[in-house]
Amino acid sequence: MNIHEYQGKELLRAFGVKVPNGYVAFTVDEAVEAAEKLGTNVTVVKAQIHAGGRGKAGGVKVAKSLDEVRTYANEILGKTLVTHQTGPAGKEVKRLLIEEGCDIQKEYYVGVVLDRTTSRVVMMASEEGGTEIEEVAEKTPEKIFKEVIDPVIGLSPYQARRLAFNINIPNELINKAVQFMTSLYQAFVEKDCSIAEINPLVTTGDGEVLALDAKLNFDDNALYRHKDILEFRDLEEEDEKEIEASKYDLSYISLDGNIGCMVNGAGLAMSTMDIIKHYGGDPANFLDVGGGATAEKVTEAFKIILSDANVKGIFVNIFGGIMKCDVIAEGVVEATKQVGLEIPLVVRLEGTNVDLGKEILKESGLNITAADSMADGAEKIVSLVN
Amino acid sequence: MGVYINKDTKVIVQGITGSTATFHTKQMLEYGTKIVGGVTPKKGGTEVEGVPVFNTLQEAVDATNATVSVIYVPAPFAADAIIEAVDADLDLVICITEHIPVLDMVKVKRYMEGKKTRLIGPNCPGVITADETKVGIMPGYIHKKGHIGVVSRSGTLTYEAVHQLTQAGFGQSSAVGIGGDPVNGTNFIDVLKAFNEDDQTEAVIMIGEIGGTAEEEAAEWVKANMNKPVVGFIGGATAPPGKRMGHAGAIISGGKGTAAEKIRVMEACGIAVAETPAVMGETMIRVLEEKGLAEKCKTH
Repeated sequence: MNIHEYQGKELLRAFGVKVPNGYVAFTVDEAVEAAEKLGTNVTVVKAQIHAGGRGKAGGVKVAKSLDEVRTYANEILGKTLVTHQTGPAGKEVKRLLIEEGCDIQKEYYVGVVLDRTTSRVVMMASEEGGTEIEEVAEKTPEKIFKEVIDPVIGLSPYQARRLAFNINIPNELINKAVQFMTSLYQAFVEKDCSIAEINPLVTTGDGEVLALDAKLNFDDNALYRHKDILEFRDLEEEDEKEIEASKYDLSYISLDGNIGCMVNGAGLAMSTMDIIKHYGGDPANFLDVGGGATAEKVTEAFKIILSDANVKGIFVNIFGGIMKCDVIAEGVVEATKQVGLEIPLVVRLEGTNVDLGKEILKESGLNITAADSMADGAEKIVSLVN
Repeated sequence: MGVYINKDTKVIVQGITGSTATFHTKQMLEYGTKIVGGVTPKKGGTEVEGVPVFNTLQEAVDATNATVSVIYVPAPFAADAIIEAVDADLDLVICITEHIPVLDMVKVKRYMEGKKTRLIGPNCPGVITADETKVGIMPGYIHKKGHIGVVSRSGTLTYEAVHQLTQAGFGQSSAVGIGGDPVNGTNFIDVLKAFNEDDQTEAVIMIGEIGGTAEEEAAEWVKANMNKPVVGFIGGATAPPGKRMGHAGAIISGGKGTAAEKIRVMEACGIAVAETPAVMGETMIRVLEEKGLAEKCKTH
């Protein structure tokens, strides 16, 4: 799960990670009020959307007076920002972070992620702050330093110190940098983050080590034990169909094509998208109905696919293991009863209770094209749609 | 033969009284698996499908001499169940449970260092040694005893590969699902090693997906060590970056973990990669013919 920068900073502050003072604002008046409360000479007006690259898209402005805060807030609120992470449609700004300006001496990068190769959490740091870390990794990998963290011990102070020295934090700020890094690691593990990225981390003229930006992502599988994080969820930042799917524990991702897919198992669902492309079609979604789906869940899944106006045909590809083919068949029949079906439907069933499933579909009288294999099914749906 | 489990393997089901576990206990028993006990706290003394239930895993092991357990307990309690299996000195624990928080698994892996227990999974379909025993959730009927080993990050893609092989008359030795999570107990290389040493196995299908670099590392290992042909497939060639494709581990991030890169490395290491998931079986048969192994591997 993703959260906004201001929420991330609020959370980090609670763990003792230094961040600039700031307030969230939903309206222009709130923005000005926030700036008044801060009372600083320089105020930063920052668009809050779940995507990076806001600065380049005009979503971050430095204001030198309350009038300027008003002007910028007016300009940014309601504006659609298009960045390299939003896609061409962009994202509308509905929240602002009004933050005190600070006297930046130098920008750095600090990130905490899971390293799959070692099965450990890793803290990375670089002197090249402010730029995309992927770019640094590609062009100057020697400028990224890593510490692999033992989950029993946590991030040792010497490891944080080594990182701080490696990225050339000035001597007098080393202790503050160590404090910053150990607190950041604490927040990461206690809140089950999947990513905690501070880019940039800055040193300031008044001798502080601050998080100027904060990108926090959380492990969806651990949200059950973090009700406070769940409250940060901003539904307006998510795809409507994905929200609907998440209510039924369906793993659904919207894509740009016109062939709706319903599949069981993530690997098979991905491969179904691949094979549709292989035959010249374009998938409208990734959908894994999971192993333990009920007929009701399958019905909802089918309705979600049909709610996408771009969908011109549907391919159901099921290889039952835990999932039983008759349950899928019942769900499909029920959904079409409820919402109708005016587009081609190709169904490939295999695995547990396959004969029962085929029987249910046959008896339903629905106009279904049966497929013998996933290749056969993909070929059929592509030719029916085109 | 086959890897990890055979017809004599005694198995305990952790979380046996849950509905999924009960369903699959029945399926496993029907397949011939020696399920000798189950564990559910506070249900000790009862029975599921004729299998005795114990309060703790240690009790179950003491009473049955089982060496393997399979875990169906819900995600919040699964890490604890794995640790319980490690402390009971089992040879193998297979964790079917999905959605375990990844930091729980980081701790579990740390705890398992230096211990004798092997973990397969989590978030996996389990292991089957065809026509002998199955420990997991895979549909048994699609498997036939033979000489092809299957290892995969994805459950349903494993079924797909096995089905294609069986339909073409090529049976399998064992099929091992290593799971779709970013932190797992057994990786491709572990299983490839086991297949390399297994007399019954003549060739291996390795099924990967986007995310991480496990396939690339395995391919390098194959090039250096494997003396049996390996055929591959990678799911997710058309997946958009930054989106988690169902499996927690299946995500392209920071330009890493793309299917194109994995396929490039695998092919460079001498692994024939199937172009679509529909031709995994065909690709294997073609390679077997090239190596003169087709006749030996044709089982039915």
